Amino acid sequence: MRFILRRLAFYAFTAWAAITINFFLPRMMKGDPVSAYLAKNQGKVSPEAIDSLRTLFGVDTDKSLFQQYLDYWGLMLHGDLGVSTSNGLAPVSDVIATALPWTLGLVGIATVLSFLIGTSLGSVIGWRRGSRADWAVPFATFFSTVPYFWMGLIVIAVFSTTLGWFPASHAYDKGTSPNWSWDFVGQVIAHGTLPALTIVVASLGGWVLGMRNMMITVLDEDYVTVAQAKGLHQRRVLTQYASRNAVLPQLSSFALALGFIVGGTLVMELVFSYPGVGKLLLDATGAKDYPLMQGLFLVITLAVLVANILADVAYAALDPRTRQMES
Amino acid sequence: MSLTTAPAASSTDDALASEPQRPRRVPAIGKSFAMFRNGKSLTGLAILGVFVVIAVFAPLIAPYDPLEKDFTALRQGPSAAHWLGTTHMGEDVFSQVVYGTRGVLVVGFLAGIIATFVAVLVGVAAGYWSGWKSESLSALTNVFLVIPGLPLIIIVASQYEDPPLILVAGVLAITGWAWGARVLRAQTMSLRNRDFVQAAKANGEKLWRIIAVEMLPNLTAIIASSFVGTVTAAVLGLTTLAFIGVIPITNLNWGTILFWAQQNGAFPDYWWWYVPAGLCIALLGMALSLINFGIDEYVNPRLRSAGERARAMRKKGLAMDGGVTEVRVGQGSAP
Repeated sequence: MRFILRRLAFYAFTAWAAITINFFLPRMMKGDPVSAYLAKNQGKVSPEAIDSLRTLFGVDTDKSLFQQYLDYWGLMLHGDLGVSTSNGLAPVSDVIATALPWTLGLVGIATVLSFLIGTSLGSVIGWRRGSRADWAVPFATFFSTVPYFWMGLIVIAVFSTTLGWFPASHAYDKGTSPNWSWDFVGQVIAHGTLPALTIVVASLGGWVLGMRNMMITVLDEDYVTVAQAKGLHQRRVLTQYASRNAVLPQLSSFALALGFIVGGTLVMELVFSYPGVGKLLLDATGAKDYPLMQGLFLVITLAVLVANILADVAYAALDPRTRQMES
Repeated sequence: MSLTTAPAASSTDDALASEPQRPRRVPAIGKSFAMFRNGKSLTGLAILGVFVVIAVFAPLIAPYDPLEKDFTALRQGPSAAHWLGTTHMGEDVFSQVVYGTRGVLVVGFLAGIIATFVAVLVGVAAGYWSGWKSESLSALTNVFLVIPGLPLIIIVASQYEDPPLILVAGVLAITGWAWGARVLRAQTMSLRNRDFVQAAKANGEKLWRIIAVEMLPNLTAIIASSFVGTVTAAVLGLTTLAFIGVIPITNLNWGTILFWAQQNGAFPDYWWWYVPAGLCIALLGMALSLINFGIDEYVNPRLRSAGERARAMRKKGLAMDGGVTEVRVGQGSAP
């Protein structure tokens, strides 16, 4: 229980920090993008929208900083992130809501797959230390340092343009709209294969190496020797004794590496023109759509936090020590 | 923080405590480089050295000016005149890659130095103090670990028309110091209660002396590893930023080359335009990772000897992954 409370307190603190960073970012910048935009589009923006934009971007200098901060929190609690200037003044939250499922689906599935495959591979390579399996290490190193976006470009050049096996861009065929037909699901899978494959291959190496190193450390522990001395089946020693202990640091790395992975996958979306939050963020950067950029940063950070909570739950399930704290 | 170093470094985290080192009053120069004295680190350092030489002597190595345009040779494949072909403007790709090394290394090392400085400051302070000061510094570190760095960098950089390189390096450093601080805090906490630190305290040594003379020499391996990790992350971050076009194109680096290649339809036919720059990024990243593996093996001897021991046992006819009982049957004496 104490473990869960401690973690919850930490996540609340991080969420607060992210929102506060978001509050101060535009206030530290020199320019004033919103006033210029509002002056250009007088009459088109509703007075309420102007009010919230002014609060979001710190143009309301007539109020005290503390009052501005309170107003800002008021907007956040109502889910009001302002209006997107590059999307016909649609509310930022609506714009993000259309893009978020694509990213969650693609990045979520690919990252979990990569973690599972990489960790299993790593534990086998660590188990067979000193054998030919060690040759996997240099390859894993190489693939873990290749930039995501470059690998995406190469994959498109090979599998899409040259071989023509998969479509190179977008999440579904042009001219169709999202619906729940088998045809559409097939399209989504065909379009998602290449980006997902790239994310899996590009991030696999890190998991393999991390798990291998942990396995080698864990395999020297006395409890592994005892398990083998008891004559337990090898597979049982590998899965229940060695891997189960080696995977714990791996899970904490997973939680901590998430922010990094998300950064890499955002750029992947640009390469594949995938309609997720990454492409949205880069489009917003190009269009100088500051409300959308700020909103996206907040949503991405909160999504990473939620993924961290899930990793914590998995950790607590695997490590009895975290649960025994309450006794 | 880089994905490569993250999981690998975690083993360092746990295993460090098991290897006490004698503190030295005056650390011998040779001794403090011992962590680099193994095959992996040396290979990594050698590759890194080649890149440094290329960056320093770029004007001598590059046959052309990186932006020199030759309109008679547009989109040419590799030839004797242009080793890696030309771009859509007739610029020599090889010269661009050579000059691009400068931007990458300067920003990478600058970010690494700033981030390592912050990491040592925060990590050692958080590890040396206890109570609320340590807890709050640790919470700060964790917040920076969790907040995704790249979106933040993109937003900050896009607020400037022409972000100066020092700003880019600074932002990369701010988003990259946390991992090192976390590992340093753990190690400092375990050093804090060792006898030699306690003895120094009892002798009435000053705080800065305890930290600088007693503790830091025992932290060099972790500091080096966190520096290398940050440089790797900064190189990836910089090239990514350049590729998506938030960094001024006047700063020529490998990411800029890829940016131009993608903007001008180099994919997939003009492979000489986009393959070398990407391979350089991967090669540099691999060199830095190799250095870190070497440091990891230095810090965690189990990693170093695991393969050798397994091979030695196999030579004696023992299976490393065989059960202990069956191994010793008929073997006579234990190895």
